[in-house]
Amino acid sequence: MQERSELMQTLFGRLTLEAIPYHDPILVGTFMATAILGMSLLAYITRKRAWGTLWNDWFCSIDHKKIGVMYMILGIVMLLRGFADAIMMRAQQAFAFGDSMGYLPPHHYDQIFTAHGVIMIFFVAMPFVTGLMNYVVPLQIGARDVAFPFLNNFSFWMTTAGAVLVMMSLFVGEFAQTGWLAYPPLSGIDYSPTVGVDYYIWALQIAGVGTLLSGVNLLVTIVKMRAPGMTLMKMPVFTWTALCTNVLIVAAFPVLTAVLGLLSLDRYVGTNFFTNDFGGNAMMYVNLIWIWGHPEVYILILPLFGVFSEVVSTFSGKRLFGYTSMVYATVVITILSYLVWLHHFFTMGSGASVNSFFGITTMIISIPTGAKMFNWLFTMYRGRIKFDVPMLWTMGFMFTFVIGGMTGVLLAVPPADFVLHNSLFLIAHFHNVIIGGVVFGVFAGINYWFPKVAGFKLDEYWGKVSFWFWLVGFWVAFAPLYVLGLMGVTRRVSHFEDMTLQIWFQIAAVGAVLIGVGILAFLVQIFVSIRRRDSLRDETGDPWNGRTPEWATSSPPPAYNFAFTPRVHDQDAWYDMKRRGHQRPTSGFVDIHMPRNTAAGIVLAGISMLCGFALIWHIWWLAAASFFGLIAASIIHTFNYDRDYHIHADEVSSVEDQRTRKLSALQKAGA
Amino acid sequence: MLLFPLVFLLAGCDWVVLRPSGDIAMQQRDLIVVSTVLMLLIVLPVMALTALFAWRYRQSNKEATYDPEWHHSTQLELVIWSAPLLIIIALGAVTWIATHTLDPFRPLDRIDAQRAVTADMKPLKVQVVAMDWKWLFIYPDYGIASVNEMAAPVDVPIEFSITASTVMNSFFIPALAGQIYAMPAMETKLHAVINKAGDYEGFSANYSGHGFSHMRFRFAGMSGADFDGWVAKVREAKDPLNREEYQRLDQPSERVPVRHYGSTMAGLFDAVVNLCVDPNKMCMRDMMAIDARGGLGLAGVYNVSRLSYDRPRTQVSRAQAEAFVLSLCQVGPEIMISPAADAPMYGLLR
Repeated sequence: MQERSELMQTLFGRLTLEAIPYHDPILVGTFMATAILGMSLLAYITRKRAWGTLWNDWFCSIDHKKIGVMYMILGIVMLLRGFADAIMMRAQQAFAFGDSMGYLPPHHYDQIFTAHGVIMIFFVAMPFVTGLMNYVVPLQIGARDVAFPFLNNFSFWMTTAGAVLVMMSLFVGEFAQTGWLAYPPLSGIDYSPTVGVDYYIWALQIAGVGTLLSGVNLLVTIVKMRAPGMTLMKMPVFTWTALCTNVLIVAAFPVLTAVLGLLSLDRYVGTNFFTNDFGGNAMMYVNLIWIWGHPEVYILILPLFGVFSEVVSTFSGKRLFGYTSMVYATVVITILSYLVWLHHFFTMGSGASVNSFFGITTMIISIPTGAKMFNWLFTMYRGRIKFDVPMLWTMGFMFTFVIGGMTGVLLAVPPADFVLHNSLFLIAHFHNVIIGGVVFGVFAGINYWFPKVAGFKLDEYWGKVSFWFWLVGFWVAFAPLYVLGLMGVTRRVSHFEDMTLQIWFQIAAVGAVLIGVGILAFLVQIFVSIRRRDSLRDETGDPWNGRTPEWATSSPPPAYNFAFTPRVHDQDAWYDMKRRGHQRPTSGFVDIHMPRNTAAGIVLAGISMLCGFALIWHIWWLAAASFFGLIAASIIHTFNYDRDYHIHADEVSSVEDQRTRKLSALQKAGA
Repeated sequence: MLLFPLVFLLAGCDWVVLRPSGDIAMQQRDLIVVSTVLMLLIVLPVMALTALFAWRYRQSNKEATYDPEWHHSTQLELVIWSAPLLIIIALGAVTWIATHTLDPFRPLDRIDAQRAVTADMKPLKVQVVAMDWKWLFIYPDYGIASVNEMAAPVDVPIEFSITASTVMNSFFIPALAGQIYAMPAMETKLHAVINKAGDYEGFSANYSGHGFSHMRFRFAGMSGADFDGWVAKVREAKDPLNREEYQRLDQPSERVPVRHYGSTMAGLFDAVVNLCVDPNKMCMRDMMAIDARGGLGLAGVYNVSRLSYDRPRTQVSRAQAEAFVLSLCQVGPEIMISPAADAPMYGLLR
């Protein structure tokens, strides 16, 4: 590389034209496709003259419902990216045997498996989980919004900014080639001198701010804003799991921020926290990252346990069996999730007593989890089970997750872990719990609450197609990986010599294609449902005969959620209200105090992203400028006193009257 | 019909984790089987009940009892908490014992299920260095070394000392025993024994960069006579493994063919662990000793130079490379290991 002039170096840091991967046909193709899709989307929005609506009513919105929907859209978009990575890996491993090197050189393949892990956890699973909580929790507890509505919007845009940085690494520079947790010394400046790890660090730091703030926000919301009468032990189970998850977020994410901070100090200013010499110790990083990382997996799964609880109870037409033990099981899991992190590296050589301690604590977690499983089981007992799509996902979960849980406990036995660690058995295990638990749960949740969000149900046929392709695809894709793990095949390998293994990878690739059809069917499901929205319409606001307060209001709910805050007397508050012949209030409406939309969130997140980009490419002037810009913009935002407005009583009453008319029309039609 | 290819697949493959050839791996296999059976005790009934309840209480079955208010039963709650608890108590006990008996740092006490290790059995010592991207095996008792190939006599305890030269790897021979990380500037141990002669695969089980996929080696279990023959063959190799040769070898390379060294510098592995194969570098051990006594004060600030040897992948220019502490003393001349040719090195074979 020829020397660059000092001026260019100052202006652009490490960023040169070579950073654009125009020599890689795969990336050029991806870029073209993305560009064409993006341009047509922009053109469509322009033609529909929707920019104003999009900006004012969505991007600047601080309504928890709209932010929840935006989180879900972010999750779906990133799911497509993460899945594209998955299918590329499967294709590479299906072909790269013997003389064939496959189509991906290690440089590219290693970025793909790193990006796949990072994207699926941080930018698919997290937005999905946060999105569900954002939408549902305030409705379930009868609140108007979250505790800090502006912060909510800011959190969303910070998460999105992180996602944008990861996507940017596709076309400008490269992503990390370290595996999704970026263990040093490999991720240190000596062995990863290029921008990949910096993209990783800053994407996660920026998104991490969003996650942490949204955790604080929901935590305060649940603690402080529950409807009168809703004591902790009368909270819907989903809200309980959301509470525990947000406790975990608030306690765990600062550790991630700190450990990535230390790694960036190593990379940027030459400290030696995790280097080989000068007293650095990479084991410290591995411990710290898993002290965040293990609670993280419970952050992901707990809210979905909540979803399954709601779904099982609703579709069995029955109260949840063992509510109290369900709650305690959740709390026990929350606490224990901090005592198991070492099971991710038994093979690092801790003593036998340390290893067995962490192995046994891990197994103990399976006790409350098992209790939960039984609770769902006995909720179905003596029920009247309707196998609508959300219930199908739940059944799929119950059959799939127990296997994943079993292999998980197996991996918690340290000597067994010594032969299975880092093998494809491990990969099969955690996909078994994350797909079988988190992803199935998210789809159950989407199908369950979609009518609340949109006012019409999702198409059942395509929902079932999606479910069966996912379920079968999952097993076809991951059962071979269990087998390969038992053959001693390790993860993150881009080329194999042993031809006898190839057939298993080819079966797994077929499974990945089936999952792809499942994802496609889900998109078709949404598309078809929007086309058929009139025949799928639900005017009641309670299409499933629901049990929790979110079903008490209209679908979609008005901006203020509830004209009057509901009073709660029982666990299944809405079911209880229906049973006692609750009458909707139709008069006496008052002004409702609401927070006002603002562009501050998207502006601050945009500046943060710029700052991250500048730091990644060592464009120091821009980093400094955007950092001070960030502080200035925050201060300016504090001078914005136009923070709230009132929805007038007559406006409320006209919205509510409309609903009254609809409901009575329905009643007449029913009678 | 569909099952035929499946059976063929299962029979044609080598499930090395389930059919290992070393006693440690065999015990780990047994543990996997025992744990799985223990858990199936609860998993199978749960799955069966799920299917049963889903079928019996389907909406269209009006025969089944419907009790929308039934949501609590103390007896049932006791069962659903205590059944998993009992399984976990059993599994926990198994885990505690097995983790201690199969601790890789613990010397073996048996050759296989029938034979115990006796006091006069000397283990075969092997020092392992994970490099970018190949494996170096040093036999300190023989003064030989080999790259990407390792041999050991059957039924003789092997004592591995494991480290890495640059980044983390994991040393894994599935047929022999479970893996253990190979980490730079640190030493891990593994005790194992191979019970059947044969050729086995070893590799790194922890991703370590671009050449990771081909970081594989042959592990040969041999009869005592064959092993002696192998040692004699390696001894014939003219190349000595000294500081200079080690630093050459340590440069990143992929798919490195098997290579033998007939003689090896004494204390090389120790220097690798202490990051001071380069004689200009101060050993970690000395650095820590100096620091423990209060450090060198201001003098220490000037006693640094730029690092080049253990960071071969560094692409940044020398000026940007990180500093290292210079060695204070002149390193003595390299002494090669001189093994006594007839001394028993291992086991009871001679």
